[in-house]
Formats: sequence, structure tokens, C-alpha cells
Amino acid sequence: MNAELWLPVIFAGLMAISLLAYVILDGYDLGVGVLLPLGSDSQRDTMIASIGPFWDANETWLVLGVGLLLVAFPMAHGIILGELYLPVALMLLGLILRGVAFDFRVKAQAHHQPAWNAAFAAGSLLAAISQGVMLGRYLTGFAPGAAAWGFALLAGAGLTAGYVLLGAGWLIMKTEGELQQRATRWAQRALLGTGLAVAAVSIATPLASSRIAAKWFTLPDFLLLLPLPLISLALFVLLAVSLPRLAARQAAGRDSFCWLPFAATVGIVLLSFWGLAYSVFPEIVIGRLSIWQAASDAEALWVILIGAAVVLPAIIGYTVFAYRVFWGKARDLSYS
Amino acid sequence: MESLDPVTLARIQFAANISFHILFPTISIAMGWVLLYFKTRFDRSGDAAWLDAYGFWVKIFALTFALGVVSGITMSFQFGTNWPGYMQHVGNVAGPLLAYEVLTAFFLEATFLGIMLFGRSRVSNRVHTLATFLVAFGTTVSAFWIIALNSWMQTPAGVSVVDGKVHVQSWLAVIFNPSMPYRLTHMLLASGLTVAFLVAGVSAYRWLRGDRAGGVRHALKTGVTLAAVLIPLQILVGDAHGLNTFHHQPAKLAAIEGVWHTERGAPLLLFALPDEATQSNRYALGIPKLASLIITHQPEGEIRGLNEFAGAHPPVAKVFWSFRVMVAVGVAMLLASWLAAWQLRRRGEPAPWLTRVLVAMTFSGWLATLAGWYVTEIGRQPWLVTGILRTADAASTVGGGMILSTLLMYLALYAVLLASYVSVVFYLAKKAGQPAAANLEGVSA
Repeated sequence: MNAELWLPVIFAGLMAISLLAYVILDGYDLGVGVLLPLGSDSQRDTMIASIGPFWDANETWLVLGVGLLLVAFPMAHGIILGELYLPVALMLLGLILRGVAFDFRVKAQAHHQPAWNAAFAAGSLLAAISQGVMLGRYLTGFAPGAAAWGFALLAGAGLTAGYVLLGAGWLIMKTEGELQQRATRWAQRALLGTGLAVAAVSIATPLASSRIAAKWFTLPDFLLLLPLPLISLALFVLLAVSLPRLAARQAAGRDSFCWLPFAATVGIVLLSFWGLAYSVFPEIVIGRLSIWQAASDAEALWVILIGAAVVLPAIIGYTVFAYRVFWGKARDLSYS
Repeated sequence: MESLDPVTLARIQFAANISFHILFPTISIAMGWVLLYFKTRFDRSGDAAWLDAYGFWVKIFALTFALGVVSGITMSFQFGTNWPGYMQHVGNVAGPLLAYEVLTAFFLEATFLGIMLFGRSRVSNRVHTLATFLVAFGTTVSAFWIIALNSWMQTPAGVSVVDGKVHVQSWLAVIFNPSMPYRLTHMLLASGLTVAFLVAGVSAYRWLRGDRAGGVRHALKTGVTLAAVLIPLQILVGDAHGLNTFHHQPAKLAAIEGVWHTERGAPLLLFALPDEATQSNRYALGIPKLASLIITHQPEGEIRGLNEFAGAHPPVAKVFWSFRVMVAVGVAMLLASWLAAWQLRRRGEPAPWLTRVLVAMTFSGWLATLAGWYVTEIGRQPWLVTGILRTADAASTVGGGMILSTLLMYLALYAVLLASYVSVVFYLAKKAGQPAAANLEGVSA
């Protein structure tokens, strides 16, 4: 088979996997950041401690995803990020603020700490909303008009709710005691928001794009795709039922199944992501460019693919190692 | 004076972001190795003072690394938004080099950083030392790839150009292009010197405050010795780099030396106000024949002037003065570090006045490094990739208003962060000398 045909497909896949890894991994730590103001002073330290060893590497998946967009689909990188110039600038502002606040909040003078805590939460919130708006703008093909922007804002709220759900699930898994019980309540509220947002985006997307509607609502594709929304729905129901029961178990001092909310949320993210990818593929700028039109020369893609094939397994290997090192409940972070 | 058209604004914005970004990798590259040195000294000797030094500097490393990561994310977006023509024309070179940097370096350093910072009680000492090594190694690998790409833009090699688009003929020639070994060595030494003066300066600050524990003494000695060893090497490498520029980028060299018209026996200008309008220098003060002697190794050697590159040479005054700032800082570094090293040997401590000089020079490496990068990057203009792609042809169509408003946002943010960084470094130094009970630092980090 001809390399010009399948290399762009592979790279679209690699980029999608990087962005998916980013949404899950930085999603939970952004979500913890958004939740930070809800914790007490000592709980805040534990919340930060639970994400401390990971957030640097989590954000690197964004650099890889956007980097792959840049090097594999340069024309799309220019168009997409040119169209998203303002939300991207705001997202970067948010990511910078929270990234530095993470360190400054414990290293600066004590009376500056509340300000850096606020910067951490505000930066996380700004980054989450901006990313949702970027997604919303992207899905409408950067359509002008109030309706398209309304959709983008809806996506902004939805992705933020999803990140908060991931963050709350992470805290349920990584903490114990009162913080864990609070996180369970946060998760219940975030679940409602996420459910509404996923439903709204699912309904609005085919309405906004007849092209996407045609891809979903024709036979036999519709029947093959039906498991996606059905399993998502089942996971939502599972979360809605299990969160109150978990709260009761925690109150009784039992901690089994603390991983369940996080795992179920990751499942929802995977299915939603797969649904979006199916909606968009094989286009990369909706209505304008296919992945083949936007792709770099095969000669460059080959070189990158060889490197990625060698290095990615190693990256996954040592990432798993790092998560195992910090396995279990979060302890206070200490350099010694 | 250039007007604020979108191309100029895009350049200013990119320059602001990358100038801010480079401050932090410049520290973290060499700091990783210094931390490994502290850790290894402790492992070998069991002297807790080395662990003290490690414990203090790892905090500053964590802070520096975080600033480097977040400011670096900005770069991955702006390559495409500010310079869409860049990937279009030279993507076959730039794409793989950037991808390899992310794949081989970024994940390695970011992942093992967590274990290096917070994993000491969770992994064995050997694994922790290994993690420290991998972080240092990762920062250096990252420098390797990005300097290879930057050098290729300065002195492209190993490609053929068809319809304005480059195609790689030899990756070895692309990566090890003519200026790459010089620029990489120059930058790694710059990183070493920046860290040497940072460590010496902050330790000198603690020393002056009466905080003279073993760890402070070790760090002071390490910083001063490192500076004293690296600065003569840097001067030699800088000279070799200049010769390389003379051969491969003569227009940049002419701007550095302020040579408007090709001449033999060119003087080394100590001061001058280069004037683009009259194509000459005002108030020139120089040492006769010295520029020719340094660059061609002959007193009557010929230096090609800017007149030979009409319409394709960089703005002269910026390059000319950036170069002189860099050299002036280098000379100050030589004097301060050798004198301090001598005093440390003779008397076991530097004189109070020299200790104050070291404090004042804490961030002198930043000044020299930025000035050096301005020489090489402004000196490349009007080319983005020498002889292949002009900067103006790669610029984006994003409106000037959008660029200006985001530029102002970034500048305000960077000013706050830079002030916070410098003040927190000295605050940590102040706090480290206080009794342990009052020192809750390091808890939840």
C-alpha cells in the first residue's frame, strides 16, 4: 500500500492518542486545580500533593499532541491555531499561571500563599474553559455567529465539568478521610454537569453539522455506533448509583472500590473521544482540509515514525513506572 | 524605526516569549548536572553538608523547571501561529528535529523530575540518583536537538531545495551542520556559567548574612570553581564560534564588528554608534588592526563589509551592541571568578567586597546568554533560514491587533513572573539560614 495514503492516518492516530492521553492526564490535575478553593487549608496541601509528581509530564502530552499537529499536519496547525488564537492565548495564560503557582505557593512568603492558591485555581479554570471553547470552535469548523459561539461556550462548560469529575475521581482514589468524602460529593455534582454537557454536545453536534449527522444517522453505521452512547449512558448510571453508596461505605470506614469513579470517568472520556474522532475523521479542519491534504511530506513522516516507534514504548514504560512509585494514597510531598 | 506591522509584531512577540523561555532552560540544563554532582558527593562521602546543598538547590531547580515547562508550551503553539511559512518551506527538517526533542527529551525529564523531587523516600538511593541523572541527561538532549535545528537555520546543510521547499539529503549533515558543534558547546558552557554564578551569588548572599554552614561553603566553592574553570573555555569557544561565523555568515560578522565597507586591517571597535542612514560609525573608538588579527589571524586580514550584502544584512546597531554587552559580561565573569577562586584558595573565603560583587552577579549569566542569542538571532536577519527562507515570507496572516493585545498580556505576565522568581530565590536563601523549626519549606512542594 502506498505510504502517502496510510502515513497520515497513522499520524492522525498518534496525535489523537496524545491528545486523549493529555485530556485524561492533565484533565484530572486541572480538575483538582479547579476544586482547590473548595478544600480546607490542609486539604489543599493534600490535593496538590496528589498531583505534584505528575503534572509536568501530564502537560508534556499537550506539547506532543500539538507538536505532532505542527510537524505532521503543518497546514492544519496554521489554520486551526490561527482561528483559535484568542482561546489559545487564554489557555496558555491559564497553564502558565497554574504551573508556576504550583511551586510559588509553597516557596514564596507565607502571606503570598493565598494569592498563589487563587492563581492556581483560576489558571486551572481558565485553561479548562479555554480548551473546551477550542474544542467547540473546532467542531463547528470555526463557524461565525452567535449560535456557533454559544455552542463553543457550552463545550467550554462541559469540558470543565468533565475535568472536575476526573479530578474528583482522582481525589477519591488518592486520598482518604474527610477530603475523600468531600471529593465524593464534588463528584456527584460534577457528574450532573458532565452528563448534561455530554448530552447537549451530542445533540448539538449533528444539528450543527449536517456532514456529521450524515455519518452517524445512516444504516448500518448507526447500529454499529449505537454501543458508544449506550455504554456511555451505562457508565453515567453506574456513577450515579455508586457515588452515594461509596459515600456510605467511606463513612463506615471502608475504602474498597475507591478507584471506580475515576475508572468509569476515564471510560466516558474514551467513548466521547472515540465518538468525536469518528465524527471528524478523515477531515482535520472540518469542511476545509482532509488529513491527506494537510499532511507533511512522507519523507519527514517516515523519520518521525521510526523515532516514535522506538521511543514511545519507552515513554509509556517509564510513565507507568513513575505512577507505580507514587502508587496508593497521596502523602505530603517532601523533597527529603 | 520600524513601524509596528504584523511581521514586526509577530517577531517581537516570538522574541519576547522565547527570551523569557530560554532563561529557565539555561539554568536547568547545567543545574541538573550540578545537583547530580552534589548528590554523588554525598553518596561517596556521607558528608551531610552535600545533602544540604542538594536539598536547597533542588527547590530552586523545581521552580526553574516549572517555569521552563510552562513557557515552553507557548513555543509549541507559536511556531505555527506566528510562522506558518516556516513549516511549509522547511518542515522536512524542522518537523523531525522538533518531534525528536519532544519524544527523546521532554517526557524523560518531566517524568523523572517527579521521582527526583518527591521520590527520595519511595525509591532506593540508587534509583533516585539514576532519576537525577536522567533529568540532567534529558535537559541536555533537549538542548542538542533544538540547537541542531537553530544551527541548521543559521548554516543550512544536507538538503536540496525544490520550489522553495527543502528535502533532506543527509540527516548527519543536517544535524551536524557547520555551526552546530560551536553553538552547542557555546550554549552548554553558557548554561554552566549561568548556573555557576547563580550558585556562587546566592551562596555569597547567604555567606554575607552569616549563614556559613557546610552546605553553603560547599556550594560557594563549587560555583566559584566552576565559573573559574568554564570562563576561559568559553572565551576560547566563543572565539572559534566567531571564526565559524566569519566563514559561514559574513554579514552577521560584519555587523558584530561594525565593518560597513570591506577593509583590511580593521580595528576592534570598543565603542561606536553604527548609523544605517550614512552607512558609517559615529564616535568610533577602536584598537587598530585588532579585529582583523582576531578574526583572520593576520593584522592586515580582510573583513568583508556590510556593503557586500546590501539589502540582506541584519540591523547593525542591535547586533553590534548585543555583542559588546555579552563580551563585557564575559570579561567581568573572568575577573570576578578568578579573583574569588584565588581568595578562596589563599584565605578560605572571599573578601567582603568581592562577596558583594558575586551577589550582584547572581544573574549575570542571563544577561550574557540573552545578549548572545540576540547577536546570533538578529544577526541572521533578514533570513529565517539563511539563503533559503526570509522571515517576512514565513509570517502569519493573524491580524496585528490580535498579536499586539496578546503580546501585552504576555509581557505583563512575564514581568510579574520574573520579579517573583528572583525574589523567591533570595527569599529561599534567606529562609534556609533560619532555624529548622521556623523552616517548613519542602513540605508539600
